[in-house]
Formats: sequence, C-alpha cells, structure tokens
Amino acid sequence: MTPQPHILVIVPCYNEQGAIANVVHELTAVRDREGYALDILVVNDCSTDNSLTIIRSLPCSYLNLPVNLGIGGAMHSGYRYAYQNGYDIAVQMDGDGQHPANELPAVLRPIFQQEADVSIGSRFISREGFQSSFSRRLGIQYFRWLNQLLIGETVHDSTSGFRAFNRRTIEIVNRYYPDEYPEPESIVQFGLQGLRIREVPVRMRNREEGVSSINTSRALYYMLKVSLGIVFMYFRLNNKRHR
Amino acid sequence: MASVPITIQIISLLSALLFLLFIFRLIVKGKLREEYSILWIVCTVILIIFSIWRKGLEQISLALGVFYPPSLIFLGAIFAIIIFLVHLSVVVSRQQNQIKVLTQEVALLRNELKNRHVINEPEASGASPSAALTN
Repeated sequence: MTPQPHILVIVPCYNEQGAIANVVHELTAVRDREGYALDILVVNDCSTDNSLTIIRSLPCSYLNLPVNLGIGGAMHSGYRYAYQNGYDIAVQMDGDGQHPANELPAVLRPIFQQEADVSIGSRFISREGFQSSFSRRLGIQYFRWLNQLLIGETVHDSTSGFRAFNRRTIEIVNRYYPDEYPEPESIVQFGLQGLRIREVPVRMRNREEGVSSINTSRALYYMLKVSLGIVFMYFRLNNKRHR
Repeated sequence: MASVPITIQIISLLSALLFLLFIFRLIVKGKLREEYSILWIVCTVILIIFSIWRKGLEQISLALGVFYPPSLIFLGAIFAIIIFLVHLSVVVSRQQNQIKVLTQEVALLRNELKNRHVINEPEASGASPSAALTN
C-alpha cells in the first residue's frame, strides 16, 4: 500500500436531486481538511428526476447506468470501477445525506491501521444520532442474530450502507456483489470469505430528502428476500470452501 | 370407456399438427429459439401418438393402476407445465444477470469515453461508439 492510499467514495444515487449536491460538497470539504487522496464517484442508477444534470455540474466522476439496477447493482458497478482503476480503498456512502462526511475518518481508521478488511459505520454502538424506527430496529436485530448464527460474527448495524473496503475486499466484491438489498447479505459473504469486519460508531442523520427505499408494504418482502439471500449465500460459499 | 369416437380423434390429430406447424413457423421466422422449441415439439409428438394410438391411454392407465384415464393426462400435463415454468424462471434469472453485467459495462465504457473526450454527452443516442465488447 502506498503511503497515501487512493480512496474512492462511491455514492449510489437514485432520485436524490435534493441531497446529492450537498453530499458531494461535504465530501470535498472533508477531503481538503484531511488531505486525503480521495475521488468521488456518483453512480446514477437511472434516476427519473434531475439528479443527472446536478451530478454533471458537481466536482466528481460519475457512472450513468442506462437501466435501473437497484442499490446492489449500482454499488457493484462502483466497485468494478474501483477495481479497474486500482484504488486501495473503496467507501460506500448513501446519496441521501444520511451519512455525514465528517464521520468518514472514523470509518476509514480501521482500514488505515490495517486492523480490518471491512469497516462498517454503525449507529447502534454509541446510540447517538438518528436511530431509525422500532420495526426497522427489530428487523436489524433479526439480521444480527442471523449473522451470529451463520458466521459467528456480531454486526450491530448490518443494514448500514456506510462502509469502507480495503483492496482485498474490493477484489472480492469486484467479482460478486449481491443484487437487490446487498447490505446484510454481503456481511455473510465477507464473513465466509474470511475478511476481518470491524464496526465503528458513527452518528447518522435522518434523511434530508426523498423517502426510504423500504416502506412498510415492502418490509415483509425485504425480510424474506434478504433471509433467502443470506441463507443461499451461506450454502454457496460453504460449498466452495469445502471443495 | 369403450373407444374414443373417430371425430374427436381427427380433431385432436389436426389440432396437434396445426400446433406443430405454428411452432415451426415461429422458429423459421426467428421468433422462437430452437432450444425452447424442443419441449413444444415433444409435447406435440406425444399428442399425435395418442391421437393415432386409440387404446394407448387406456392401456397405460391400466398398467399404472389409474382408474380414470383422463386424470393421467392432467397429471402429466401439470407436471410438464411446472417443469417448464421452472425452466423459464432459470432463463429469466440468467438474463437478468446478463443485463446487469451489460448495464455496468455500458456505464463503465461511457465513463471511459467521456474521460477520453470521445463523447461529451453520454446519453446522446446518435453517438454509437465503436467500442468492441470483449469477453
């Protein structure tokens, strides 16, 4: 690793015209303050609003997906970009402003110090800032239990999309990254690939604009889909390991 | 059941042949790929066999211990339909995967072209970059 690692912050964006500019500006401010070798890549997942026009005017690179792939497919293209362009660290940060760029140093620290391959910003460790609704926390509790059962690792905030990966993890997610709701599923993937996962406490904000991708009617589908994804990911990778 | 009446036999034979013709036309016109037509051709051949071999269904039902021969038809048909639906789900899943990979590749190529100043506006549909897709 070079003394100054090259960082790519990937910001998935689907109809975030109200928040995306702020997210990018906050990131550039943090970059200038901390002196990071940091590039920003916004992945426009076929937004139907003005997002693309706004992204074009921002000081960042962008990928413009011609077909809507969902968060997993959007992130996967960002990771492929990070892999192809030889970045040392890739960071995922939501485009809705829930993840304050000021917390970036905290999320990056375990990677810098080579203590972890995957660093996840968790809002449930210090219990500060936005804590999400009761039913959502219940679901997150369930995924925590499922992760403990399958990979023996306690991840408090497995739905958190505020994460940093080192090069080793980038190589893995370049090859495969889950599709639709990737966050809880990828933790099982990382655990079974033997990656070191570290959670760091961060404060999150309530979203500035737009609505959550998961509303109540989709919650049940989400739980079922993610559970299936996790279980089959477990079998698939376990088979590979024992072969 | 004494025997199948001759009129219904002719009707079923004719409709099976018509169906076969329809499948062939779809393949010739390029609207149906050969690999998906195999099942339909096999189904039609089975239909034709039973249209000609009048006692066949009764004899097979008797041999299998099925008392009501038509229920054997339903069983076989439902079974075949379920298998084919699973097959179609597999095809759709594979295609979804392929679309995902292609979409990502297109986005990455657009970015590359923009960086080389080959295109300015990525969504300008007139610009068809001659980037060869290599595996």
